[in-house]
Amino acid sequence: MSTLSNKVTPAFDVEKIREDFPVLKQNIHGKPLVYLDSAATAQKPSAVVDAIRRFHEVDCANIHRGVHELSQRSTAAYEETRSKAKRFLNARSKDELIFVRGTTEGINLVSSSWGRKNVKPGDEIVISAMEHHSNIVPWQMLCEEKGAKLRVIPMNQRGELLMEEYEKLLNPRTRMVAVTHVSNALGTINPVRQIIQMAHKAGALTLIDGAQATPHMKVDLQALDADFYTFSGHKVFGPTGIGILYGKTALLNAMPPYQGGGDMIRVVTFEKTTYADLPYKFEAGTPNIAGGIGFGAALDYANKLGIDRIAAYEHALLAYGTEALTSIPGLRLIGTAREKASVLSFVMEGIHPHDIGTLLDRQGIAVRTGHHCAQPVMDFFNVPATTRASLAFYNTFGEIDALVAGLHKVKEVFS
Amino acid sequence: MVHDLYQEIILDHSKRPRNCHSMADATRQADGYNPLCGDKLKLYVKVENEIVVDVSFVGSGCAISTASASLMTESLKGKTREEALKLLDKFHELLTTDTAVSQDLGKLVVFCGVRDYPARVKCATLAWHTLKSALSAELKEPVSTE
Ligand SMILES: Cc1ncc(COP(=O)(O)O)c(C=O)c1O
Repeated sequence: MSTLSNKVTPAFDVEKIREDFPVLKQNIHGKPLVYLDSAATAQKPSAVVDAIRRFHEVDCANIHRGVHELSQRSTAAYEETRSKAKRFLNARSKDELIFVRGTTEGINLVSSSWGRKNVKPGDEIVISAMEHHSNIVPWQMLCEEKGAKLRVIPMNQRGELLMEEYEKLLNPRTRMVAVTHVSNALGTINPVRQIIQMAHKAGALTLIDGAQATPHMKVDLQALDADFYTFSGHKVFGPTGIGILYGKTALLNAMPPYQGGGDMIRVVTFEKTTYADLPYKFEAGTPNIAGGIGFGAALDYANKLGIDRIAAYEHALLAYGTEALTSIPGLRLIGTAREKASVLSFVMEGIHPHDIGTLLDRQGIAVRTGHHCAQPVMDFFNVPATTRASLAFYNTFGEIDALVAGLHKVKEVFS
Repeated sequence: MVHDLYQEIILDHSKRPRNCHSMADATRQADGYNPLCGDKLKLYVKVENEIVVDVSFVGSGCAISTASASLMTESLKGKTREEALKLLDKFHELLTTDTAVSQDLGKLVVFCGVRDYPARVKCATLAWHTLKSALSAELKEPVSTE
């Protein structure tokens, strides 16, 4: 085992933290579960599971408009999550935070509502070469509908965006720059602050996909100055089906609603409807109340651990994993950016990722294999798929060792 | 470890796939794609008088899909079109049901272990699905999908 763990994070008691995650305490095919798929979805601490159960057992009622006690309790708990998210992201106001199903819906909300109103034929939308499909397809659909052009910031072989090329893409027709904060397929941390500044200088807006950044690092929206920022609850240790879209007040106010229905209105007559104020204008219908409450518990949990301590521990874990994996002959890391977070994506000579995934699973090791919803990234590196081990703060150095041992066994089978 | 899935013969065919080349005089061809794992396969079939006289494939895939394509090509030669399609049904049954293993499958029974790996059934059947589309396409001339 590593000395890194002792050196870097003496106060980070991972074994104690693992006690908070009952799901981790099980055997898979007779071997202790090694969960290395947190980039797909993170595991949930008991605090989250308990909060959801408590809501259903004690406070369950629909939110808003209710005068009875249960409705007031559920409304307060749900809205409290918005305040927690405001602190989590250092947003200016909680009214700038809209509950959505997740990152995908956050992006679609902006491309539909902002995009339909503001994008004209000949306009340009800039994305990057390492986007998740959810930050490609909605913009493609918009461009197709509007006769606008989608332009792509290229990257180098390490998986780093080429900032000079980005600079060249910006022009007066650029309306939106939508890029990921951290790449799910490569782990690259993009220089989003610089990306945003450059976009603003060119008169364009920015949307940052925070799905893979929020679980691993402090995000300060006021320092970043992003126009839109979105992330998913389930990747920050909360439940599925809930997430946040942040937007600057003036932009959100000027945008038409996304969906129509209950909760998003002020007055409805058959002649005319006036819409509710922010954030409710964008929240039609009964939301995922239980999910929102569980999401709040997850943010509390992450804050209690301390996002900076999480980042420091994971950094050490990633460094250890990078070194351990690259010592395996025939293994090639895909994504070797200088700034990286918690993703070890790789291919092995002569062994298809799918076979690696199955053989690791039989040893209790859960990794993801495939294109990771980033087919253009696979095409760029000229691989059909990769194997991806993704880390969270509940992973241990011992689990990295188990992965390495597992990969040696995979090689034996195919030798 | 997992010898039930990665049997010797499967590993052998995945490392040294048989009939793995294109075929200039194929009478039918079809493309198979498994978006889940990115496996791609192009199948060439030469049918003369309703008899499959030659089959080959090219493509990149996991061990299971490559071995399956390789063993499929071996088992099809000389079969009538109808027999080939029947074999496909039997093979599919082998992978997806608990019924007794059919005698007619020959070497293909090595894929029996795939039953226990539902996530991998698609890998093992990719070549066969492609075969179905090749055999059902009413094409008498060599085609290019390019
Ligand atoms: C970078 C990135 N963006 C967007 C998404 C989509 O998130 P969700 O499926 O929660 O909407 C993901 C999830 O895999 C992701 O990793």
